[in-house]
Formats: sequence, structure tokens, C-alpha cells
Amino acid sequence: MTRPTNRYGFGKAFRDFFIASKEEQNGVKGRIGGLRHYIDKLKPSFSEGGRFPWLHSTFEAFETFAFSPNRVTAKGCHVRDAIDLKRAMIMVVVALMPALLFGMWNIGYQTSLHAADWPFQLGTSASWWYCLWFGFLRMLPLLAVSYLVGLTIEFAFAQIRHHQVNEGFLVTGFIIPMIVPVTTPLWQLALAVAFAVIIGKEVFGGTGMNFLNPALVARAFLFFAYPTRMSGDQVWIAADRWGTDAITSATPLAELAAGTSPTASVLDLLIGTIPGSTCETSVIAIALGAILLLVTGIASWRIMLSVVLGGGLMGLLFNAIGANAYMQLPFYYHYLMGGFLFGAVFMATDPVTAAQTNIGKWIYGFLIGLFAVLLRVVNPAYPEGMMLSILLMNCFAPLIDHCVVARNIKRRQKRAIVKQKATTR
Amino acid sequence: MNAKKLLIEPLRKTNPVTVLVLGICSCLAVTAKLKPALVMGASVTVVTAFSNLIISLLRKGIPSRIRIIVQLVVVATLVILIDQFLKAFAYDVSKQLSVYVGLIITNCIIMGRLEAFALSHGPGESFLDGLGNGLGYSLILVIVAFFRELLGSGTLLGYPIFPQSFYEAGYQNNGLMILPPMALIVVGIIIWIQRSRHPEMQENNQK
Repeated sequence: MTRPTNRYGFGKAFRDFFIASKEEQNGVKGRIGGLRHYIDKLKPSFSEGGRFPWLHSTFEAFETFAFSPNRVTAKGCHVRDAIDLKRAMIMVVVALMPALLFGMWNIGYQTSLHAADWPFQLGTSASWWYCLWFGFLRMLPLLAVSYLVGLTIEFAFAQIRHHQVNEGFLVTGFIIPMIVPVTTPLWQLALAVAFAVIIGKEVFGGTGMNFLNPALVARAFLFFAYPTRMSGDQVWIAADRWGTDAITSATPLAELAAGTSPTASVLDLLIGTIPGSTCETSVIAIALGAILLLVTGIASWRIMLSVVLGGGLMGLLFNAIGANAYMQLPFYYHYLMGGFLFGAVFMATDPVTAAQTNIGKWIYGFLIGLFAVLLRVVNPAYPEGMMLSILLMNCFAPLIDHCVVARNIKRRQKRAIVKQKATTR
Repeated sequence: MNAKKLLIEPLRKTNPVTVLVLGICSCLAVTAKLKPALVMGASVTVVTAFSNLIISLLRKGIPSRIRIIVQLVVVATLVILIDQFLKAFAYDVSKQLSVYVGLIITNCIIMGRLEAFALSHGPGESFLDGLGNGLGYSLILVIVAFFRELLGSGTLLGYPIFPQSFYEAGYQNNGLMILPPMALIVVGIIIWIQRSRHPEMQENNQK
């Protein structure tokens, strides 16, 4: 193995380290990248008969994280695509970034409005950066706990069941801290994540087999198990560091449920400078993520559009009835408040739990939007209907698909019979 | 069949709740607290055992076409006796259980044992079988109620378990445990553990 010492730049070194050439994949001895070489050297210890066969799936998870697998399906035809499950999931995480960054800043911003001794003068750029930094420090433990607990359970199950470690949790573990109040105690978050991964996913067979969105299962667990920590007006502001335990600040939805009108202006709602679950407040940040998901084709535009349509229609219907102040609220407010758009973009579109057929996606999305607004307006016990609405339609997605497929079969059968009659005549 | 087997098997491999999946409704309803669960378990055990005994004694005289009615009469009589007994001696628990004592009549386990066992076996065996199945039901009820009361209310039989310092440190009771869905999930977890410990109980999964 000779390597020209000159002309060996960083780019080439990078390529050697991370990307194995075609001959190497086929087993022909050639230049082998450092990491590839290292992984290949380790491989026998983790295979059958090696020293750690029980760690096989853990090993594979890390291997396929760095390299695309070089095995191909032996039987049947399959479509090769540059994007696989792992890359698709990473794309969703990238799409979540604007909402996360804004959410972190908003944690700091909301606190700065209420904290008695905020170290910087409000409105200055120093204060702006400190908001982001403060939010980052608050968000980091939540993210760390979510990933640590969830991935530990995922890896453990993969080992026990001799599965591969699936990538689904990359997104789930990322979303869970984003849709809970920033003041959620870490042990409760850990419990919720464990519940979601085990009861929401692993009992059904792991990634791809679950019929409920695991991130929403975690949120629902927290919502029903520790209601005082998940709603009300004392949980949205991370003020405990500033000496006071609970600064009250109601979300627009809570204000409406209490019978008053929201204090935040439409512009505030659009930008997202309102109290709420960490990353659901900013319409603009979520829209950026939505654009990425739509351009890359990872999320279904049918679902997003139909959720928006369903919510809008229900809002308009309530406007027409107009029996109380909440019903008279302009319908577009429903998009701007709470987790409606976050749910529509990132949670309703989960490819595993959503309807699979195109017509099914329209029905599924439409009913999610409809039920979300219905629950918000009619049931004051649940100020936010999006979570329950998506979980409900998750349950019905297989039924919707079944009906769509059965209808299609029936229609085509009819057509075939007509054709047959025409030819026999 | 020997007596020990009749008594012990329903606690384990032929458990009416976790294996036959009968009597789930009352399992959801009465297991939020341990005390009602214990009383409910005891009541069902008594009814199952004695209805099995009585039907087994009568089995040769019951015309097959009206056997369900006869069984219902026997079970209903026993349930009313239990209900009156509870009202007389354990009024508060009886109030907590409310309609569920009366609903023992519809408990699938009882009719199931009468049909499947008592009609074709002698009184002694039938009594033991009823006792065993009642105890199997009670066992699951008590396990579920134990976890639901402990985690949901932080008490056992009404006595607080966690010291006050726990709550001051930020511990909270899990409100979900009080809600009926959690009973279903706990029963599911028990079934999961039981089946993974006894591979012969799993259906052949094509792999």
C-alpha cells in the first residue's frame, strides 16, 4: 500500500477515511480508508463466534451510521435509492432545527420578560444572545435524557431480539423534548420516554410496527400522569433559577379555554414569542422545516395540506355557529396557536403511523385537523386538541387504508366484469 | 387429576385472566385501589368455588337445554348472598365496588368454569377447580392493584408508602395509573412476562 505523500490533501484524506472505493466493497484489496479499515478489523469480534456476538446489532448500528451497507437484497426486485431510513431520519432532524433554535431562544426570551434580575438590558444584542444560551442550557439536559433513555432501551431490545438497531428513535428522541414544557422534570421525561419506547413501540415489534406515534405517546403519558406539570399557567417559563418557583404565564390556548381572548397579537403568534411547549410556538420556524420536508419529499404534502384544510373548515364552521367567544375567534388563529402546525408538519406525517394510501392520507389528515379544532373549542378540559386528535387518527389509519383498498378492488372488479361481458357478447 | 394440580394450575399456566383472557372488565374497574381488589377477588373466588360445587352436584339432573338458566340462578343467588354480606359487614368497600359486585354474575370466568368443568366433573374436583380459578383471578387482580395503588396514589391499603420528603424532593404520583387504560397495560405486561418465561405458551411465530 503506497501512498503519494505529496498531493495528499485534506479532501482526499477525508475521502479515504470515510468512503470505501468500489473495489473495496467487492472485497478486492485496495486502498482502505482508516475508519473502514478499523471497522473491518473489529468486525469478526462482533460476528457469530466472536468475542461479543451479543453486541452485534450495536456494532452494526455504528457501522451503518458511518457507511452505507454493502450487502444487497438477494431475492426479489428492489429500488435502490440514495436515501435510506437513516438518511431520511437525519433529514427530519435537520428540518426540526429552525424550530429547535427558535424554541431555545424563546425559552430565554420568555424568562427575560419575567425574571426579576435578568443580567442584561432587554432588547440589547447581549440579551438576545444570552436568551439563546440560557435556552440551550435548559434544553440540553432534556435532549440528553431523552436520547440516553430511549437509545438504551432501543439497543437493549435490538440485542435481545437479534434485530438491527433502527433509526426511528433519532427523530422521536429529538421531538419529545420539543413538545413538552421546558420545566418538565427530567425523571418524568425519562419515564415518559421509557413508556413510549416500550409500550408505544417495542411491544408491537419496534420501528415500523408501532401504530401510535411514539413521541406523542410520551407526551400523552406526561399529560395524563402529571397533569399539573403539563398544562396550566405555571409550567411554561423556566424561572426557577431566578429565585421564584412559578411565574404564571398562560398560553393563548389556555387563555381561550378560560374564556378570555388571547393577549398575544397575530404577529407575536406568527413569530412565536409566546409561552408554550418549547418548539411549537413559531409558525415561521416550523414553516422553514416544512419547506425542507416537502422539497426533499420526505413528508407527505397531502397530509400537511389536508390537516390545514380540515382545521380551517372546522374553524369556519364554528365561526358560522358563533355561539360563544371561542367559536367567534377567526379560524386562522387555530393555525397560529399551540401545536397545530408542529403536529401537522412533523407528527401527523410520520410515515409509520399515518395512512399509506393517497386517498387515505387526505381523509386521515382532514380528520386530524377537524378533531383538533373541535376538541379545542368544545372540550375545555383539553386546551390543546392536536395531540389527542393525531393519536386518535393514528388508531384509525389502518381502517381508513383498508376501506380505500377494498373500494379500489371492488371498483376494478366491476370494471373487469363489464369488460368480460363486453368481450363475450 | 390430583387436587394440588387443580388448585395450582389456574394460578399459573391456565390462569383465567392472563392466559384465557377472561374477566378483564372487572379487572379494569376495581383495581385502582388494593382493598376493593382484595374483596372483589375473595368474592369471585367464593362464588366460583360454590357455584362449581352446586352445579356439579346438580349436573345429572339438569336438562341440557335449560342448563344456562339453572347456572344463572345458582350464580345469582350466590352473588346476592355475597352482596348482602358485604353490605352488612364491609359497607364502605361495598360502596366502592358499587355495581361490580352485582356484575360478578356476568363474569366470564364463572360461566366458563361451569360449562367447561363443573358439568363434567365430580363435586370435589369442581370445588377445587372453582377455588383455583378464583384464586388465579384474585392473584392478577392483586398484582395489578398493588402497582396501580402504589404508583398512582402512593399508598397501599390506604396507608401512605412514600415519605413526605419524597414529595418535597419533586416526586409526584402517576395520575395515569388511576385511569383504567393503565390496568389494561399492566395486565398486558404481566402476560408479556409470563409468556416470555414460558416459551411453550407462545404461538409458533413464523420466522
